[in-house]
Amino acid sequence: MSDVAIKVENLSKRYRIGLKEAVNDTFVGAISAVVQHPLKNLRQLHRLSAFSEAGEDSGGILWALKDISFQVEQGEVLGIIGRNGAGKTTLLKILSKITYPTSGRVEMKGRVASLLEIGTGFHPELTGRENIYLNGTLLGMTKREIDRKLDEIIDFSGVEKFIDTPVKRYSSGMRVRLAFSVAAFLEAEILLIDEVLAVGDTGFQKKSLGKMEEAAYQGRTILFVSHSMAAILALCTRGYLLELGRGTYYPTANEAVNKYLTQLAFSENIPLDQRIDREGSGKLKFVSVRVLGEEEESLQQVVTGQKITISLQYDVGGNEPLRNTNFGVIIFGNLGQQLFVSDTEMAGTEIAALPGRGEIKCEIPNCPLSPGDYRILVWAVSNYDLLDRVESATTFSVHEGDFFGTGKLPYLESQGVFIPHHWKGIKNGKRNSSP
Amino acid sequence: MVSVVDKKSPIEKDSLCRKGGAVPRIMMGNQVQDRQLDSELRTVIDADAREKLINWQELWRYRDLFYFLIWRDVKTRYAQSVLGIGWAIIQPVFSMVIFTIVFGNLAKVSSDGVPYAIFSYAALVPWTYFSSALSGATNSLVGSSSMITKVYFPRLVLPIAPVFGKLIDFGIAMVILAGFMFYFKIAPTIWALFLPYLVLLMILAASGIGMWLTAMSVQYRDIRYAMNLVITLLMYAAPVVYPASSVPENWRMIYAINPMVGVIEGFRASLLGTTAMPWDFILVGTISAMVFFFSGLIYFRRTEKIFADVV
Repeated sequence: MSDVAIKVENLSKRYRIGLKEAVNDTFVGAISAVVQHPLKNLRQLHRLSAFSEAGEDSGGILWALKDISFQVEQGEVLGIIGRNGAGKTTLLKILSKITYPTSGRVEMKGRVASLLEIGTGFHPELTGRENIYLNGTLLGMTKREIDRKLDEIIDFSGVEKFIDTPVKRYSSGMRVRLAFSVAAFLEAEILLIDEVLAVGDTGFQKKSLGKMEEAAYQGRTILFVSHSMAAILALCTRGYLLELGRGTYYPTANEAVNKYLTQLAFSENIPLDQRIDREGSGKLKFVSVRVLGEEEESLQQVVTGQKITISLQYDVGGNEPLRNTNFGVIIFGNLGQQLFVSDTEMAGTEIAALPGRGEIKCEIPNCPLSPGDYRILVWAVSNYDLLDRVESATTFSVHEGDFFGTGKLPYLESQGVFIPHHWKGIKNGKRNSSP
Repeated sequence: MVSVVDKKSPIEKDSLCRKGGAVPRIMMGNQVQDRQLDSELRTVIDADAREKLINWQELWRYRDLFYFLIWRDVKTRYAQSVLGIGWAIIQPVFSMVIFTIVFGNLAKVSSDGVPYAIFSYAALVPWTYFSSALSGATNSLVGSSSMITKVYFPRLVLPIAPVFGKLIDFGIAMVILAGFMFYFKIAPTIWALFLPYLVLLMILAASGIGMWLTAMSVQYRDIRYAMNLVITLLMYAAPVVYPASSVPENWRMIYAINPMVGVIEGFRASLLGTTAMPWDFILVGTISAMVFFFSGLIYFRRTEKIFADVV
């Protein structure tokens, strides 16, 4: 008997994406388009589910996954990595039976639990206790199973006091904790997990981590999708790298992560506006993201303590000026840890109506990063509509520098970020220090 | 994959933008008690395989979900309303009052020899059930789109849960009907024993048409807007405000294709004794309800594979 828990053979998934619409620039054309609309809509809507063989190479088809094959042995933890749009979520959704493959076959041995989201099906009018039952049965538990674990779940969530209060009165933190606790008590041999599970305050996180370690010894097979290389390295024994729907299996997570990082470095050679690994409606598109120095010059290498400016150039094309646009920047370390998060809304900078092409600048007067390689993610949202989001829009490296202006360099092995601060020496309760 | 960014809450949008440095926390239940049994379990996903029309085993495993979905519907339907479950009574009674004034008194529609009020109410009880079950089913999938795209469960439970959930309102309305019969001093006929079959027929019809509309509403949102039209149309195509006896003889069998014709006339005949039991209507209605049910089931099962992709 083999102990292969998950066997995936030649799995492919095809999506039909929105078709481009013809633009009418005459009045008569616009009128006739309105008349023809219902018919056209019907055809388009119908096409969402139908694929004609002749239309194979038309522009409206996207292969989210193409010929994916791999095996996971029982007890292994497989980390699935790849950029946005690489097909990670699609793969997880097929294995969870949420969506169906276009071709191929999957075989899984044992009970499968998939956690793509927590708190699915929560109803605001129902109490915490009632929602545990609703959410639990939705995840595949039986009522008896939940009865048995109810006390543990409530205890673990830390919201006992409010368990009979409607969930709409909960704070968002409480809701997340309750939702997570239900998911935590799922019984299954195979777990499919998306990183959205990383939630909660630090106290709760610690508790959860302990529970995870306890379970790690139980020999479950886990498929784990994450953007965080640190998490993948810490948790996974094997790696699977997805790239635009095609995948490669690596016997260790380490190899997969290394390969992925090299790949990311490569993609910088492609001009930003031609990159297709992006999310969003595309009403706004980032065309260039650069790190600038003192004199507005583009930099690949910067020095700790130096003044740097992150410049985001965008293009809204022929679209109308967008109001209330919120621009964001996240700087990641080379293992995927977030180090700096900011957006114009959070920083209180109002960005009014935008012209066709423009530039947003984020000035960092005193670069606090320690020596190493960094990636920048950029995004733009307007009225809850994600316009564009590109991971690793650009990379740069930091060399050791004099952050505190003392003429002394930090140790080479320093990690993390520097924070302006002061030291004080106190003797016998009396102050004895510099001004 | 195709990422459709729809109207998410700001919080969700934030996590969408800021996801990245995530630390995974995976935990599992303490003990797997039925482990032996579970490891026998095999999941096979095959793009080319044909699935069973009804996977009883799976439906049985999710029976508790079915129960809790019904229970959620019932519990939340009248939450934070003053009259609460009273609305289950007010809806048909209010329609009865309007119909009695408009059709009974002004238009003087025939009511087969019983007071118009109870004549129309006896029809409104099954009719209100039928229309609310249909709209509940139609909205079920689109309303639960987050469930469909994030979790697997037999999709059939979504349209079927409201079909059973609304039976509670139906039961309450039936009690009121008994009260009216007592007030108007009308005794049920012996055929009242046949009522359970009519109720079954009503459920069958509601599930069948419900499955059709639900599956179509996922892909074509028009169905939701057209619902009110369809329900109004069906109401006038059923003997709610007028007796079936006013329909021309030649057309009656075509008329009876609407399964609610048999149900409503059956209700009146058995409870109020207006006419003899309309066996012909009931037979035609049963056949058409069966056709609706099985074709709806086939259509639903064939399209459910793409629900998560198009919803």
